[in-house]
Formats: sequence, C-alpha cells, structure tokens
Amino acid sequence: MPDSELAEPKTGTAANGRYFVRFTRNQRYMHAVLFTTFLGLAATGLPMRFSESFWARKLAAGVGGFGAILFFHKFCAIVLTVAFLIHVKEVFQRGLFHREKGIFWGPTSMVAGWKDVKDLFGHMRWFLGLGPKPQFERYAYWEKFDYWAVFWGMVVIGFSGYAMWFAPFFARFLPGWALNAVLVIHSEEGLLAILFIFSIHFVNTHLRPDSFPMDMVIFTGVESEEEFKLKRPLEYRRMLSEGKAESRLGIAPPLWLLNFSKVVGYTAIFIGLALLVLTLTAYFH
Amino acid sequence: MNHAVWIRVRCDIRGAMLPASAVLALALAPGALRAQADCLACHGDASMTDASGHSIAVDGQKFSQSIHGSLQCTNCHADIKGYPHPDKIAPVECKTCHDDQASALAGSVHANSKEHPCTSCHGNAHEIFPKTDARSAVYPLNVPKTCGQCHSNDGMAAKHGLPSVYPNYIDSIHGFALSDEGLLVAANCQSCHGSHHILSHTNPLSPTYKTNIPKTCGNCHAKIEMEYDAGIHGEQIARGNLNAPVCTDCHTAHAILRPTEAAFRMQSTPICGSCHKEQLSTYRDTFHSQLGSLGGYVETARCWDCHGAHQVLPASDPNSPINKASLVQTCGKCHAGANESFVQYQPHADPRNRQLNPGLYFVRLFMNLLLIGVLTFFVIHTLLWLIRSRYAQIKNSPRRAANGGKDA
Repeated sequence: MPDSELAEPKTGTAANGRYFVRFTRNQRYMHAVLFTTFLGLAATGLPMRFSESFWARKLAAGVGGFGAILFFHKFCAIVLTVAFLIHVKEVFQRGLFHREKGIFWGPTSMVAGWKDVKDLFGHMRWFLGLGPKPQFERYAYWEKFDYWAVFWGMVVIGFSGYAMWFAPFFARFLPGWALNAVLVIHSEEGLLAILFIFSIHFVNTHLRPDSFPMDMVIFTGVESEEEFKLKRPLEYRRMLSEGKAESRLGIAPPLWLLNFSKVVGYTAIFIGLALLVLTLTAYFH
Repeated sequence: MNHAVWIRVRCDIRGAMLPASAVLALALAPGALRAQADCLACHGDASMTDASGHSIAVDGQKFSQSIHGSLQCTNCHADIKGYPHPDKIAPVECKTCHDDQASALAGSVHANSKEHPCTSCHGNAHEIFPKTDARSAVYPLNVPKTCGQCHSNDGMAAKHGLPSVYPNYIDSIHGFALSDEGLLVAANCQSCHGSHHILSHTNPLSPTYKTNIPKTCGNCHAKIEMEYDAGIHGEQIARGNLNAPVCTDCHTAHAILRPTEAAFRMQSTPICGSCHKEQLSTYRDTFHSQLGSLGGYVETARCWDCHGAHQVLPASDPNSPINKASLVQTCGKCHAGANESFVQYQPHADPRNRQLNPGLYFVRLFMNLLLIGVLTFFVIHTLLWLIRSRYAQIKNSPRRAANGGKDA
C-alpha cells in the first residue's frame, strides 16, 4: 500500500486522489487561535462562574491560585480580541477595499439568505423522513449559525468583559446598573458559548456520523473530492461549472500534519468535553 | 522502737539508705522540728517517696529561692508538730494565708476540681515563684502551657469533656505573639478568663459572657472597643440583643487569626452571612465573591472592606463608609478612578427581584431565554440529525449492499 493512501483522512477516501482546498492557511490559524483561547477562557472562566462548586478551587489552585486564573483569562481575552479585530479587518478589506465578490452576499458568503431558511426546514424534514436531504453550498446554515454565534458572542462577551476590567472607565458613559448587568451578560453568554461549542458544535461538525470522529478539514485545509461532493454538492457543481476545479486543487495532507492535527484536535475535544461535564455538574448540583 | 530504728525501717522500705551521719543527727535530735534543715534531712533526698510511691522529696535549694522560701515547713504543714510525724498528714490549706484567692476559687468553674486547686496551676508547692518570675507556672509566657495541661486533648480535655482550646490558642495571633515573640502583653488565658474566679461563659458575671466580651477584649484593644460600641452591633449588644455579634463571633475566641491574612479573609464572609443571609446570597452573585471564593486571591472585597469591621453603621448614617457621600472614597480604596457613576454599582443587586433591579431582571431574563432557546432548539435538531445520518449511513453502507443487508 502506498504511503499516500495511509495519509488519507478516514472519511471520503479519494478514489482519484484529488484534494480540494476549503480553508486557507490564515483561516486555519484563525481557528487554532480561536479554539485555544476559547478553551483557555472557558477553563479559567468556569471556576469563576461556579466558584462555589467543589472543583472550582481545585482548578484554580491547579493553575496557581486565583491571581493566575484571572491573568490567564485576561491574556486569552486579549489574544482573542486581536484575532477578532484582524478577522474583521480582513473581511472588510476583502469585501470593500478589494471588492472581492461573495463576501457579503452570494453562495460563498457567511451572511444568511433565504436558502438557509429553506435548508433549515428541509433538513429537518429529512431528519423526520419527510423529504430529500437539502443540497448545501459552501457554508451550510448551521455553519453560518456557528460563525454568527461566535461573532455575536465575541462582541457581547468581549464588551462586557472589558467593561468589568475597566469598570471605572466604562462607568463614565454607562449607567450604574449596567455595571451589574455586564457580569450577568458576560457569565450567561459565556456559559451559552461553552455549552454550545462543547456540545452542539462538537457534534454538528466533528462527532456526527459523516465526520466522526473529527472533521480534519479545519486543520489540513483540504478535503477529498468524495467528501466535498457528499457534503456540499452545490458548491462542488458550481466549482465544476465555473471551471475553477483546477485552481482549487490542493495537495494530500502529509502524514505528520494529519497526526499533529489529530493530537491537537482530540486534545481540544477532550478538554472541551471535560469542561462540559464540570459545567453540567455545577449547574445541576 | 527508738527513733533511729524507725528511720532505718522507713529507709529500708524506700530501698534507699540515708547517710549514716544524717541518721545519727536525727536520732539525737529532740522531738520538735524547727528548721527547714530538719525536714530536708529526710525530704531532701530526691528519691524519697511515700508508701504509695508518690514523691515526697523537696528540693531545698529551689524551695529557699521560691516565694515561700522564708517560711518554715510547719507553717504550711501545720499538723506536723514534731518528729516523727504520722504517715498521713493533712493537705496543706493555702487559704490560711491566701484567703481572697481561695474564696474566689471557691465560686469558680474550678471549685470542684479533684486535683489540688492551687498546685494544678501554680505548680510544685515547694517551687512556687511570683507570677513576674519566668520560673513561675503562671508567668504570662507559661500560662497557656499551664492551662493547656488540662485544656487540650493531650491533657485532660478529652477525658473530662472540656473543649480542646490550647491548640487553637497557640496557633492564634495571640499565641504566636506570646510563644514566638515572647510578648508579655499578648493575651494569655487569664487575660480574658481571669485567674482564680474563672466563670463559665454562660454566667453573666464572666468576662467571657457575650455582652462582656467587648469590654474584655477592649482591655487591650481600646480603640476598637470604642469603634465597636459606636457601631450598630455594639449598640444592639448594649441593648441586650444577644443576636448581635461580639468580637468572638467574627474573630473566634481562641483561634484568632490576623485579619489581613488569607485564611481569615476566606473564612469571614460566611460568618457575617450566618445572620445576613440575603446579603450573603446576593454577594455570592457578584464578581467580588466569585473572585474571592477561589482562594489565593484574597484582595477582593469582603463584607467589612465596604461596611467597616467594627464601627458597622447603616448606609443612612453619614459616618458609614457605605453612605452615599462616602461611596466614591470607599470603592476607591480598591478601584482607582472610581467616580460618581461607578459607585452606582450595586454590590448586592438581586437579578431575580424585578421591583428592586428591573434593568438587571430583564437582562438576566433575556440572557436565560436566549440560552435556553438556543440550546433547546439545537439539542433537538442535532439529536434528530445524529439519528437520521446514522440511519442513512447504515442503509448506504457498502457491506450491507454487498450481502443484501442481512447483518446490517
């Protein structure tokens, strides 16, 4: 068996060995920064949110007491803020400055359209065996929801977090009760993000049967032709009809990258699930 | 039987021989004992015991240095009129001279002690020194150890059902000052409990009775007592409201910690909360508590950082640190740059109370509905999806297609 076959992802074996690029290197780095800082923020935020729970003090002591936890939380927050600002800058640079098509509307846009509403209902009809499976474009409705949930979440959590961090400054233009509200907003929205990412996002993107145990495309950037065709038939056909298949061809991911991605990905999923269990024990205690 | 023979018999019983000269001197001595030397001729032998094995030896040198060194043995052992004396002699009555102390002791918790009430604390009856002498068992630095002989589980506390307070005390700020720093002014047992007339803390006359405690502690901590008396807790105690806290309710009686140290800051909030339950509950919702509960980060505001520790006053009182006029200063202790708007923050806001905190109530309601709504929708959505994709996967699997689906 040739080495190249060993290196193929579990799902969608490439019969003809063709791989197509789905995410650029920058997008993959952005996801890596996003999930590492998010794990860091969750791991340091949860002990604060559930400071009375049995594991909170142990976890805090584990990272060097509360001063350390707050320091890590703020450190991750700054890194994530910078990543967020870079992303927003890129989106506007590509969409407005370079006039790139498909950023704000069209089949490749993250902005939700009427098709997403139809796909949502169509998908659910398919769940119940009442209709055919919808054909998805570049970003399916749940992926757009993930994106906008994170986008909204970062604005809300970030703003409320900085409002607490620099409370006397924010107090100059916020009413007094807002200082109370920001903690409620920060912790509830953070909790929603944690519960959503560690359960819904994990299952929707990685653990569902079509991708199980992990969708490697966010790590390798490429996916096999079969997987591409199966998961996003509309985008695949559009690519062929627009004659862009050649320009989107990628190389098969090397074995080291696959193995590295697996270690990182499984670690992230494991930490996330562990934090989810802790959250649930604290919430329903 | 002449004297010499009797002494020889006693000596034989003890299994120790006195020097022949001493035996001779005693044998020739007249019947009356006048000087310490006469008694010490026998009792100076360090190994001398009575028939039941208790030491009846006296260290003549130490005795002569002791506060009673100028007395004759028979001043205290008054029933010994001459030599030889009976085997059984009456217990010494210290009250013959120390009447005040004896009557004080008689009304105290130690009145029924089976041990000799004086020597249990003052030590060996023949080696009693003034309490200002470092050799005294009741010298300030020695008091805790002396009381600890009984009031610790190593002593008799467990046996007699007494609280084991010695270990608590010795690790406290008072115990540390006394045992490590050797501060004579550090509170020892008797600074608070008194010495001879020790009463139960349930006795209203006791210095450790609840309403007397501020005054007792105030003997040293005068300024704090003044502040306490001016505060609402002091005022309530003065009115006889026994629910109000006194010094020991927050600081404990024996295991008193330095209030700035982490352990005390960690343990103090629940103490206030044991009465102020609602305030504790709303405090728990705040960042102050969330930070503060985790340990290792003890600077976050505890109750008294804002309310004051001793002179606790209602917010309506202009002298209260939480009075509107003082808030900028009070919050500013930690939050540099605190301003009029900043101090509108409510450290005890209740997001569940729509009347008191309407803004917060609706923010929390919205956030909760968002959280529940999103999660409920997606949990159902994703579960259905899981089931449907697994079904599709099995139906379309090559293996099933190959063997006609017999073992799918």
